[in-house]
Amino acid sequence: MKAIIIGCGRTGSSVAHHLHDAGWEVVVVDEDEEALSNLGTRWPGRFIVGHGLDIDVLVESGIESAEAVVVSTDGDNTNIVIGLIAQRRFHVERVVVRVLDPARAAFFAERGLHTVCPTSIAIGALTEAALVSEMVSTEGASI
Amino acid sequence: MYVLIAGGGKVGANVTRSLLRQNHEVTIIEQRPDRFRVLEEEFDYRVQRGDATELHVLEKAGIGRPPDLLLAVTGDDEDNIVICEIAQKRYFVPKVIARVNDPRNQTHFDMLGVAPTVCATSSIMALIEHEVPESDIIRLLQLREDELEIVEVPIGNDSPSLGKRIEQLKMPDGTRLISVAREGRSEIATASTKLEPGDRVLAILQPGCEDELRRVLLKH
Repeated sequence: MKAIIIGCGRTGSSVAHHLHDAGWEVVVVDEDEEALSNLGTRWPGRFIVGHGLDIDVLVESGIESAEAVVVSTDGDNTNIVIGLIAQRRFHVERVVVRVLDPARAAFFAERGLHTVCPTSIAIGALTEAALVSEMVSTEGASI
Repeated sequence: MYVLIAGGGKVGANVTRSLLRQNHEVTIIEQRPDRFRVLEEEFDYRVQRGDATELHVLEKAGIGRPPDLLLAVTGDDEDNIVICEIAQKRYFVPKVIARVNDPRNQTHFDMLGVAPTVCATSSIMALIEHEVPESDIIRLLQLREDELEIVEVPIGNDSPSLGKRIEQLKMPDGTRLISVAREGRSEIATASTKLEPGDRVLAILQPGCEDELRRVLLKH
């Protein structure tokens, strides 16, 4: 199984390692050469310097034969457009895109793009954590 | 007409000015604080501060009415694509026009159905091609309805058809030579016309025959 990771920040580099550990062939793309350091000193996979919107770069990464593409650069709109290209031009089966803005994430999800919104996830987790602690303290008070 | 403009750079501001002069209603969205203040001085309440790719900013600017026309003219191609996608698919804006900053991104706009687009670099390149002919085919006229085009071909010193009569040339199917211009005079191309260096040949051809014409007239 082959995955292309576009954007090698904290998130992208970690996803790359997890997929590699799970036995995938992983190719990482970032426009900044320095981003390679986020993968640590012993990254066994390929790393390509280039922009994720550059068709030549995508082809070089092997997107045409990839089962999954994970897009996680620092720009929501860049991620969305790269995701749409991976899906509609290269017909990649599984495309996952990070979108920080919940409204935009929801809109493009409705349009068939698999978006992951860290903001929504954090809001849910924080709210839940607050409610749980409230429950704990209420329980504590009743004893 | 109500026009919503995303991006208040030189393009956005000048288009706003022109549309207001023609008595259209305009709202312009600008994100950068400094630029916003400059625009607000001139356009007052018509300027909306914010990121035009955020739905609530677009809604505050009146995208829900919806506008008759939306212009996505920010300096960022991904932003322009996303703005048009949201405008068309979510708010059913009937017409969008997008600016392409980097001509290499044109293919993305086309694939995602964002049209029409305007790209300054591509327009300038087309003008250069027209004004500064190099040794290649120059497109003179597109007969769209008839699916034919008329081109000019400069015959160089290295042309494979140099010194040959036109009847000796293996003209590709779908192409025909019309005339030959030499030293300021043009003559209808006939079977016995011989091609010389510096000649400028007019040809008529069907679309897609350019490469074959190049092979016969330009390249060895």
